[in-house]
Amino acid sequence: MQDRPTTVELLAAVRDFVTRDVVPTLDARRQFHARVAANVLAIVERELRDGDAQLREEWTRLRTLCAVAADRDGGPHDVDDDVPPADPATLRAAVVALNADLAARIRAGDADHGSFRAAVLHHLRATTDDKLRIANPGYLEEASR
Amino acid sequence: MTAAELSERLASYLTRATGGAVAIAGLRQLPGGASRETWAFEAMLAGEPQPRRLVLRRDPGPTSVDSDRAHEFQILRAARASGVPVPEVYWLGDDPEALGARFFIMEYVAGETLARRLLRDAEYQHARGVMTAQLGAILARIHALDTTVQGLDFLAAPRAGRGAAQTEVERYEQLYRGLAPEPHPVIELALRWLETHLPAPGRETLVHGDFRIGNVLFDADGVRAILDWELAHRGDPLEDLGWMCVKAWRFGGPLPVGGVGERDELFAAYEQAGGGAVDPAAVHFWELFGNMKWAVICIAQARTFLDGGVASLELASLGRRTAEVEHELMRLID
Repeated sequence: MQDRPTTVELLAAVRDFVTRDVVPTLDARRQFHARVAANVLAIVERELRDGDAQLREEWTRLRTLCAVAADRDGGPHDVDDDVPPADPATLRAAVVALNADLAARIRAGDADHGSFRAAVLHHLRATTDDKLRIANPGYLEEASR
Repeated sequence: MTAAELSERLASYLTRATGGAVAIAGLRQLPGGASRETWAFEAMLAGEPQPRRLVLRRDPGPTSVDSDRAHEFQILRAARASGVPVPEVYWLGDDPEALGARFFIMEYVAGETLARRLLRDAEYQHARGVMTAQLGAILARIHALDTTVQGLDFLAAPRAGRGAAQTEVERYEQLYRGLAPEPHPVIELALRWLETHLPAPGRETLVHGDFRIGNVLFDADGVRAILDWELAHRGDPLEDLGWMCVKAWRFGGPLPVGGVGERDELFAAYEQAGGGAVDPAAVHFWELFGNMKWAVICIAQARTFLDGGVASLELASLGRRTAEVEHELMRLID
């Protein structure tokens, strides 16, 4: 185990250094880019903190959607005792594959109306909210007002 | 290429182009512009009493979105001839060897383009009040420009047998499918919505293609010039009205038209200036289209970074801005 500061704490320290010490010394164009850099660090901090939990929840929602779609198709499904993959890379690959499946269903018109559409809209609203909680929480706060 | 080197090459290009000795001073890069570079400088031309303030527009290197300085040069010339406020263009650099990339040189028009200044600075309080009506009237003039008379036949036009809306949706769908490194169910949902809500084909006109705050040069009196014509094409004029209302171009401002105006005011000014009747439902289609297009452009810019073409943190961070646009798409889709 590594000693404190943690990854998130180290990133926050770098971000403070960029914002407080570096930005004031730069010309306008570089100030803009340094602020972009500080913002990218803030995104990484939030993703390190909440990214894995979000990805597991997205995986679970997508599996539930698959079950709804399979119900509609009349096909068999068995997702009740599923748990998301423990390995982060495997989990990410699984979510990409599930999203590709959902994208194909939307493209085929499966989500044009009815209860599946409602379920898809609900899932995608939850997903875009989560993405913003990491990419730009201020935007989400503003949009929810 | 360093600024000093660029300044030197610029001087020798202008010396060749004007046939007299030219001295360059004060070359500086203007902020913004992920898809092309903009430089301001002063040129002392032989036989002229004072230095001219000029602007250089130059491609930064290979990009994912089509851009062609020669076409932009010709559109700017035609727009100016038709009374659209744009900078006067002077020289087109056909030889990319001269400055390391394609470029043209135009008049420097004084003014501001930064949205946050427009939205917040006391200096622009009057501009905020008059801008929406000015933009509506200018758009009417852009859409009245006869592209066949003006020699703009290179402009992309709707595909035969398809309307302007279908052509544009298919164009960005194709771009999305070719570029997105990962599946985006929200963009898929938006594409499906657009395909099933295509407006009836109407007028076909010149479309600016990137008519928004950020590409509008303004001062205390409002609009001074319309910039960035590189996405111009032939199509549905309402596309420009919808794009103007896309949330990203409000820059945090409270109102739908560039953060400073109401849709009704924009539409009324457009109609009064002879732009033709505005169907708000069709503009809504184009606003949703505009958000889809902006999401695809964010992905394309991030892809340019991912492919190693341009090592830009700004391009990289645009990949994560896609989330904002997807959120807005989910708000607009019913």
